[in-house]
Amino acid sequence: MHIIEDGNSAAALGVKLCRANVIAAYPITPQTPLTERLSEYVESGEMKAEYIPVESEHSALAVCIAASSAGARVFTATSANGLLYMHEQVQWASGARLPIVMCVVNRAVGAPWNVWNDQQDSISQRDTGWIQIYCADHQQIIDTVIKAYWLAEKVSIPIMVCYDGYILSHTYMPFDLPDQEKVDAFLPPFQPEYALNPDEPANLNTVTLPDVRLDVQGELAHGYMEIRYLLQEELRTTLKTAAEAEKRFAGIFGRGGDPYIEPYRCDDADYVAVGLGSITYQLRVCVDALRKESIKVGVMGIRYYRPFPDEAIANALKGKKGVIVFEKAISYGYEGALMSDLKSALYEHLAGTGSLPPVQNFIAGIGGREIRTDDLTQALRAAIKSRVSKEPTWIGLKL
Amino acid sequence: MGTRNYRRKTSHSEHGPGDGGRTGSWRVERPVLDQNLCIPCKRNKEACFICWLFCPEIVISRTIPPRFDLEYCKGCGICAEECPTKAITMADEAKFSEDEKDKE
Repeated sequence: MHIIEDGNSAAALGVKLCRANVIAAYPITPQTPLTERLSEYVESGEMKAEYIPVESEHSALAVCIAASSAGARVFTATSANGLLYMHEQVQWASGARLPIVMCVVNRAVGAPWNVWNDQQDSISQRDTGWIQIYCADHQQIIDTVIKAYWLAEKVSIPIMVCYDGYILSHTYMPFDLPDQEKVDAFLPPFQPEYALNPDEPANLNTVTLPDVRLDVQGELAHGYMEIRYLLQEELRTTLKTAAEAEKRFAGIFGRGGDPYIEPYRCDDADYVAVGLGSITYQLRVCVDALRKESIKVGVMGIRYYRPFPDEAIANALKGKKGVIVFEKAISYGYEGALMSDLKSALYEHLAGTGSLPPVQNFIAGIGGREIRTDDLTQALRAAIKSRVSKEPTWIGLKL
Repeated sequence: MGTRNYRRKTSHSEHGPGDGGRTGSWRVERPVLDQNLCIPCKRNKEACFICWLFCPEIVISRTIPPRFDLEYCKGCGICAEECPTKAITMADEAKFSEDEKDKE
């Protein structure tokens, strides 16, 4: 059924369709309408779930960690400083290998205080061991939430479903609302390997020594390093499982494509713009305009930021004359984090092949600064003409 | 042999002795019982057992006399602190010979 709703509602509807058992969230702009919708579903009985109002984001994720450990399918959502406030629990959730799904409605972080969109919040959580997926429209939001539960429970790794605040969260767009029966067919009930149980008591994630140890049954149990290595190893193999999720989803719902990247007019392109989230759809307008000037350019959205699909990205950009990375976040003191990751992937797969494209970096829309499509087109045109700067160039800066 | 095939991916401790390893090796002082002062020993009756009650490691038995499981006793000294008749004292671990340690 096609409906017209805002992005936060798309996320809430996805969570409802996935039959989450426990929701704990603290409202923060621009995520608030998402949690409001979920609390309404629970209050009205439309959703048979426990909605636990908490006093902070740290507690929201702590509740999710506990409920997930007890075998519940859980959900939380946050933005900006709320995400930063839960950072300790963010690390905990992945170390504990809990399949939590969390929407991050991307917003700038303070100081100074700002409620508008950029992606500094989720990008700054890059190294926490969570899977990060970026959405570019409402259909992707609802579909990604559904896929995320399947994937998270398959690999026992939590997932952030990220979408741009306001630009996606508060705008209305038509999208297909999946049928409940199809979602049930896609996503079986959560069956954890272990769930907290008074008849089978266990201490989870207690002090783990630097070295391995014998457990009570005399088996050699992991030390801290083995547990952390397995998280890294399985995040890398998650790329394969993500492709499986995409295929399974397409089989049931009839839509989907490349799980990692979303290319637009890239096949014959000499130059490719790259980004995360809604900016990549805005860049399609620039691409169309430049194509009319016979400039062969395309744009590629990256859906998975962690685990980073380095091989897929390098294959897609092999032999291009130039790659231009647009980011709504920066690793302060250097360049955009995606820029660094992308260059690293290209170096790994293409160095010495003669098909290593030069890469340039633009920073845009920080703190909700309007991203004018004309400015993006100008930036692309300039970068295609010659190297703009060694340092990342900030678009729309009025300094 | 590594932990590659271990049945869990996380730190998961089950109830049982020694899941944290042989914690007795952490000890720098060990509890020593004077049976002439210990209430259950003197009366030959189940009584007091405050040491058993307070021990955070559950290494003191509720027996006459109370016994310490030195394989896991960390030597925290809470039993000595709580004993109402000062029947338990903490003695320097270094004073016990290697032979005695091996017998633990």
